[in-house]
Amino acid sequence: MCFKRSHLIFAAVLALSALAAGCASGRQETARGEAANPAGRIAIPPSKWTAEKQTNHVLNRLAYGPSPSDVQTVQQIGVAAWIDRQFHPEWIPDDAVTAKLREFPTLAMNTAELYARFPPIPVQAKLAGLNPANSDDREMILHAIPKEDLPRQIPVELVAAKLVRAVESKRQLQEVLVDFWFNHFNVSVEKGQVKWMVTSYERDAIRPHLFGTFRELLGATAHHPAMLFYLDNWLSTRDSDEHSAKKGEPKKPGGGRTGLNENYARELLELHTLGVNGGYTQKDVREVARCFTGWSIDMPRYIGDFAYRDKAHDKGSKVVLGQVIPAGGGQEDGERILDLVASHPSTARFIATKLIRKFVSDDPPPALVEKVAHVFLKSGGNLPAVYGAIFSSEEFWSDRAFASKTKTPLEYAVSAVRALGGTTNGDIALAQALDRMGEPLYRSQPPTGFPESAEAWVNAGALVNRINFGLALAANRIRGTNVDVSKYVKPAAKNSPDAVLDSLSSVILGRPLEPPTRVAVREALAEAAGEEAHGQKRTPDPLMVAGLLLGSPEFQKQ
Amino acid sequence: MKIDRRFFLKSSGLAMLGIGFAPGFLSRALAARASPNKKVLIAIFQRGGADGLSMVPPIGDPHYYSLRPTLAISRPGDGELTAVALDDTFGLHPALAALKRFYDGGSLAIIHAVGSPKPTRSHFDAQDFMEAGTAGELSQDGWLNRAMQAYPQNPSSAFRAVALQQNLPRSLFGTVPAVAMGSIGDFKLRTGRLSTLASRSFESLYTRALDVAIRNTGGETFEALHLIEDAKLEEVPAQNGAEYPNSTLAKRLRDIARLIRADIGLEIAATDCGGWDTHVSQGNAQGQLAGRLRELGDSLAAFATDLGDQMADVCVVTMTEFGRTVRENGNRGTDHGTASAMMVLGGAVRGRRVLGNWRGLSEPNLYEGRDLAVGTDFRAVLAEVLASHLGISKLTPVFPGFDRSAAALRLFG
Repeated sequence: MCFKRSHLIFAAVLALSALAAGCASGRQETARGEAANPAGRIAIPPSKWTAEKQTNHVLNRLAYGPSPSDVQTVQQIGVAAWIDRQFHPEWIPDDAVTAKLREFPTLAMNTAELYARFPPIPVQAKLAGLNPANSDDREMILHAIPKEDLPRQIPVELVAAKLVRAVESKRQLQEVLVDFWFNHFNVSVEKGQVKWMVTSYERDAIRPHLFGTFRELLGATAHHPAMLFYLDNWLSTRDSDEHSAKKGEPKKPGGGRTGLNENYARELLELHTLGVNGGYTQKDVREVARCFTGWSIDMPRYIGDFAYRDKAHDKGSKVVLGQVIPAGGGQEDGERILDLVASHPSTARFIATKLIRKFVSDDPPPALVEKVAHVFLKSGGNLPAVYGAIFSSEEFWSDRAFASKTKTPLEYAVSAVRALGGTTNGDIALAQALDRMGEPLYRSQPPTGFPESAEAWVNAGALVNRINFGLALAANRIRGTNVDVSKYVKPAAKNSPDAVLDSLSSVILGRPLEPPTRVAVREALAEAAGEEAHGQKRTPDPLMVAGLLLGSPEFQKQ
Repeated sequence: MKIDRRFFLKSSGLAMLGIGFAPGFLSRALAARASPNKKVLIAIFQRGGADGLSMVPPIGDPHYYSLRPTLAISRPGDGELTAVALDDTFGLHPALAALKRFYDGGSLAIIHAVGSPKPTRSHFDAQDFMEAGTAGELSQDGWLNRAMQAYPQNPSSAFRAVALQQNLPRSLFGTVPAVAMGSIGDFKLRTGRLSTLASRSFESLYTRALDVAIRNTGGETFEALHLIEDAKLEEVPAQNGAEYPNSTLAKRLRDIARLIRADIGLEIAATDCGGWDTHVSQGNAQGQLAGRLRELGDSLAAFATDLGDQMADVCVVTMTEFGRTVRENGNRGTDHGTASAMMVLGGAVRGRRVLGNWRGLSEPNLYEGRDLAVGTDFRAVLAEVLASHLGISKLTPVFPGFDRSAAALRLFG
């Protein structure tokens, strides 16, 4: 039953993907895209930087680091045109990635299909006549179910797809923004049913709205069952104290509609929109929670679609941030709240600050925050306008910004693969390396998501794991991820330590090596040559050079 | 003997370095000597806002049972699913029963109704403020780091302060270096056939790095790597028949016990345990929260058993950013509240007491009509631990603006 169904779904996915690939591919589409592209919406301020430096910077910030082919593209079409095209991912053919993603059938499934294909373990256990409450049985269950039928296959594919896209997609800004906004509106697969909902969350709530308005993006997350489940709003109902149907009736086991849950309301104000000092009170949190009562999920363990339950909704009037929400608004109460907070000056400042911290500096320059917040308000939260204001700012293109941000573990690992022109099939080995560096993808438990600033990532344990990753990658020892260092060392150069170092550092760092790094690597090469002089080989080892460069302090920066 | 071992480790670290690799931090390491003070402080942060009223249920308070119709822990009685009585007013959650032995033995004290004098119900602010050691103000560095600043060890060990987790907690941010590692086993360079040459080259790279933060972290990282490599800590077995449960917290505490035994200069260790944000289906004697408490209680009990007599020099303190609403919510859970409970476990602790300014759960005593009110400033507990256990006399820089004189708990002695 299960298998048959999965085959059907798989066939449907194949058909859909082929259709999508057909639509998106081909030079015609590209040509049309280019024709429709007005000559440069992004105005890069006059600068003393060389074209190479600009390319390096833009690929470090708007992409997951420079790759040989993206460097070539930027140099061909120019930095401004490249940025413009990144604002329109549909103009950029990405057939190789589309083809690779066909390996992950869950990406195209909705939540109900995922439940049918990967029933929760207790359900599978019962079908097999085992008792999930019994711990002996639990072991048997895990052994009895084929690995590819376990629900954890869902996040495994999601992680793999994220890594494939980050490494190989030509639509780099899109992938960087998916990561940013997913993290801003974080949900975690570690919480309950979110695992079955998160595929749709990223695909249907985050991805389509990256280049729309903030209000659209906010609305999509607010409606999505993954968020409703993660922050408990699906259970929040009008307060039982005020509206008890039958007074004195004992509460039924298994829950039922019994009262207000303020979890989503608080994080909506604190983390998604206004920011913690954005000017709201505990009373506002309660009132917002009342507005969202009834925003729930249809059969969260089988179907998992949004459902509005009018019976659960608090029908009284509310006052939020001084604004009266009149009685009787029903589901619209929530929409009014989203309208109110999405256009609030505190939200503009909060979102501007976070984006600037992501793209420009860990310490967002106040003048730029004000400027970008102004654009946010003036444009009605138009995200391309907001991004554009950042990418064309003096601050973005300043020497202070260049190579000043520490890479997150994801940025570090992916930029390393990209620097060597590598590929990945998204094998779990790459994600496990990220776990050890402190960034378990889709598993950030707190609603804040992963931190952006360096201080959170620079520590001894993480550094050891970064160095280990660089060494393993250079030696092509990460399963499923492929790089070939030797192709960057010309045969004629392979006996000269300086030539090897020059060619590998230009590929890996894309900017001149800082003198201390050059001295240290040269010393290591000299010593290695000395050690090996007693044997036969005297040629510098490109794997060691690449490993040292990938693990170097400079490569931790972007 | 111990002095010699530590000195030997440091020296051998240096000896591994070839000529031309003599980074600055090593001169400090070379001069290292064991500190006369062997006290160790372990700070455990329960992230998410742990419900103090379930951890240490007020079994003598009738309001507790009326406000928590499905979540309250039953009064002590027959069977395993009732509170473990501590006195007439308080009990322990049955999942924490493993700690009763230490309470009875006088090495565990509990402080109830403890929290910040300027409370917030934001997880992230409340955690930041607690880790900053302030009343509602952010700071660049954390209270544990400032404690080490106030308590200089010259020279000091690379393992003076350790976080057993992937990322450094804010409480350890600051000028005194601290190491973060997921586990002892993870903390080694895997250089493969490149072996020691690559390791030395990285050391050289990092001690010359232009970025100050990366350079400092790099220096400490390599010093720590040398120390830990020689100590062969992964092989140290648990002692005294201690049985650690199979959980993340237990593994981390086990590694902390190994670091303490290795005598490589550990003074402060910090780690997190999560999963306390029980908005839905919190459970009572059994269920979600009970599972988290069992991990905490069993892990702590195994740790204290493992260290045995060495607990005389060790103090563990638990904390959480806030407690939870006194009334259960509509989803058999609890929302963000204010005061919660802390535990202090150690050989020198004057235990077998539930301390704090408990005013009960009657309506007029609740904070904003919904939360357990703060009777004791969390800094009173931490300050006393620093003063009495670590012997830090100057606490004003650690907890600026906090007046200790008003709040003596007499946790030690």
